[in-house]
Amino acid sequence: MNPKQTLEVIDLNALLKGVSALRARGARLVQIGATTLPDKFELTYSFDVEDGLASLRVEAPREDPRVPSISSIYGCAYLYENEMHDLFGIKVEGMALDFHGTLYKTKVKFAFGQVKAPAAKPPSAPKAPAGEPALAGVA
Amino acid sequence: MARTIIPFGPQHPVLPEPIHLDLVVEDERVVEARPSVGFVHRGLEKLVEKKDYQEFVYVAERICGICSFIHGQTYCQAIEAMMNIPVPPRAQYLRTVWGELSRIHSHLLWLGLMADGMGFESLFMHSWRVRERVLDVIEATTGGRVIFGSCKIGGVRRDMDAGAIRNTLSELEIIEREMRDLTRVFLNDSSVKRRLSGLGVMSRQEAHELGCVGPVLRASGVAQDMRQLGYAAYGELEMEPVTRTEGDSFARCAVRCEELFQAASLIRQALGKIPAGEIGVKVAGNPTGEVIMRTEQPRGEVVYCLKANGTKNLQRFRVRTPTFANLPAMLKLLQQCELADVPMLVLTIDPCISCTER
Repeated sequence: MNPKQTLEVIDLNALLKGVSALRARGARLVQIGATTLPDKFELTYSFDVEDGLASLRVEAPREDPRVPSISSIYGCAYLYENEMHDLFGIKVEGMALDFHGTLYKTKVKFAFGQVKAPAAKPPSAPKAPAGEPALAGVA
Repeated sequence: MARTIIPFGPQHPVLPEPIHLDLVVEDERVVEARPSVGFVHRGLEKLVEKKDYQEFVYVAERICGICSFIHGQTYCQAIEAMMNIPVPPRAQYLRTVWGELSRIHSHLLWLGLMADGMGFESLFMHSWRVRERVLDVIEATTGGRVIFGSCKIGGVRRDMDAGAIRNTLSELEIIEREMRDLTRVFLNDSSVKRRLSGLGVMSRQEAHELGCVGPVLRASGVAQDMRQLGYAAYGELEMEPVTRTEGDSFARCAVRCEELFQAASLIRQALGKIPAGEIGVKVAGNPTGEVIMRTEQPRGEVVYCLKANGTKNLQRFRVRTPTFANLPAMLKLLQQCELADVPMLVLTIDPCISCTER
C-alpha cells in the first residue's frame, strides 16, 4: 500500500550534497518537516523518487539552531524553510526568499519550538465576599 | 516606473479562504506577490501532545472543511501502517467510495467558485446545485454532510447495505448526467475559454520544479496521482491519471472537470465489486515508530508524517497539505500578470488556506 520509503540520517554538513544528488536524479521535493525533541531538532527532507519516497534527516541543536537553505537547489523550498523558521525558530541561512518571520502570523512566537506546552493551571477557587465565611471544602 | 503595493485579502470577494498578498505593481502589471498566512492558524499539529492517538482521528478530519474525509483516512492509514493493523477489504472499499464522493463535491465547489470569480453567476449556482445532490448522498450514507466521522483506526464506523448501495448508484446516474451538462458549459462556453485559455501557463518542467501537486501538476502534463500507489481499494480498480499538456488555467479547469467523471467511475467500480465482510477490527496498544503516508486529496498529494514512541500521544504529527505545495507555483504565476487576472490565478490552484494553516 505504501511504496518503498527510505530514510537516511546524514550530517548537517552533508545536507546540500545529499539534496543535490537527489535533484540530479530528478526527484521532486515533497516536504520539509521539523520535530522538536528534548535535546535537538530533527529535520526531515522528503523527495519523490522513481521508486518511492526518499528522506534525508539531519539534526540541529536546540540552542541557536542553524541550517543551510536548499532553496538554491529546489527553488520552492523557501516556503517550507520560512515555515520552519516561523513555527520552530530554526534559522535557515541563505533562503531564496526570506519573509523575516511574517509568513505565519501566530500569537505565540516559535510555538512549535517548545518540547511540551506548559500544563494548564487548575482553576482558582472563587473568593468568598468580604465578611462571609469561605465555602466548605474550598481553600 | 513607480511601484505601488496593493493589499489583496485576507477578505476579498473572490477569496474563499484567508490569505493576504502584498501585490507589488508597476502600472497594472504585478511584478511581485508577497504572501502571508496564519490568520486561522489553529496549531493542530501541536494538539497531538494533548489528544491520544485514537481521539486524534476527529482532529485530523477537521483540518479541512472540504476534503475532511481523506484527512481522517490518511491519518488512520498512517497509524494502521505503524501498528500493522489489517483493515478489512470491505472497509477499504467504503473508504474509496467516500473519498471519491468527497472529490466530486470538492471539484464542484471549486467549479462554482471559479464561475463566481468570472462573474458567471448562473453557472456558479448550477455547480453548487449539483453539489447539493452529492452532499445528500454523503449524508444518507454517513450521517454527515461535511464532516463524515466515518473513518476510524482499523476500518470504518458505518456500513452500506444493499439498499444504500442501490440508492447511491441511482443518484450517481443523475449526478453524472447533470455534471455532463455543467462541464459542457465550462469546456465549450466562449467566455470561459477566453477568460482562462493562455492564462497562467506553466510548463511541465516548471510544474515539477515548483513542487506542484494534483490537478495543477497534471494540467502541465505530469501523469502523477497518488491513487496509483494503490492504497484503500485503488489497487483493484481501473484508473489512469487525467492530464492535459497546455498548462494554463483552462487546462487546470479541464482536468478537474474530467476528474469528476473519473471519480464517478471509481465509485461505480468500487460499489460493483465491494466484498462482503467485517468493516473494522479492534485496535489495542499504542503505536511505535515513524511513517510517512501520502494520499490524493482533491487538490493533490497530502503528506502525513507521524512519529510515535509507544505512548498514547504521538511525538510528532506533521501535515503537508496540497495547497502548501502549490503556493510557490501560485506566486510564480502572479509575477508579470495583469492585476485583473490575480483573482483567476489565485483560484486556479484551488487554494484551501484553512487546510494549509492546520
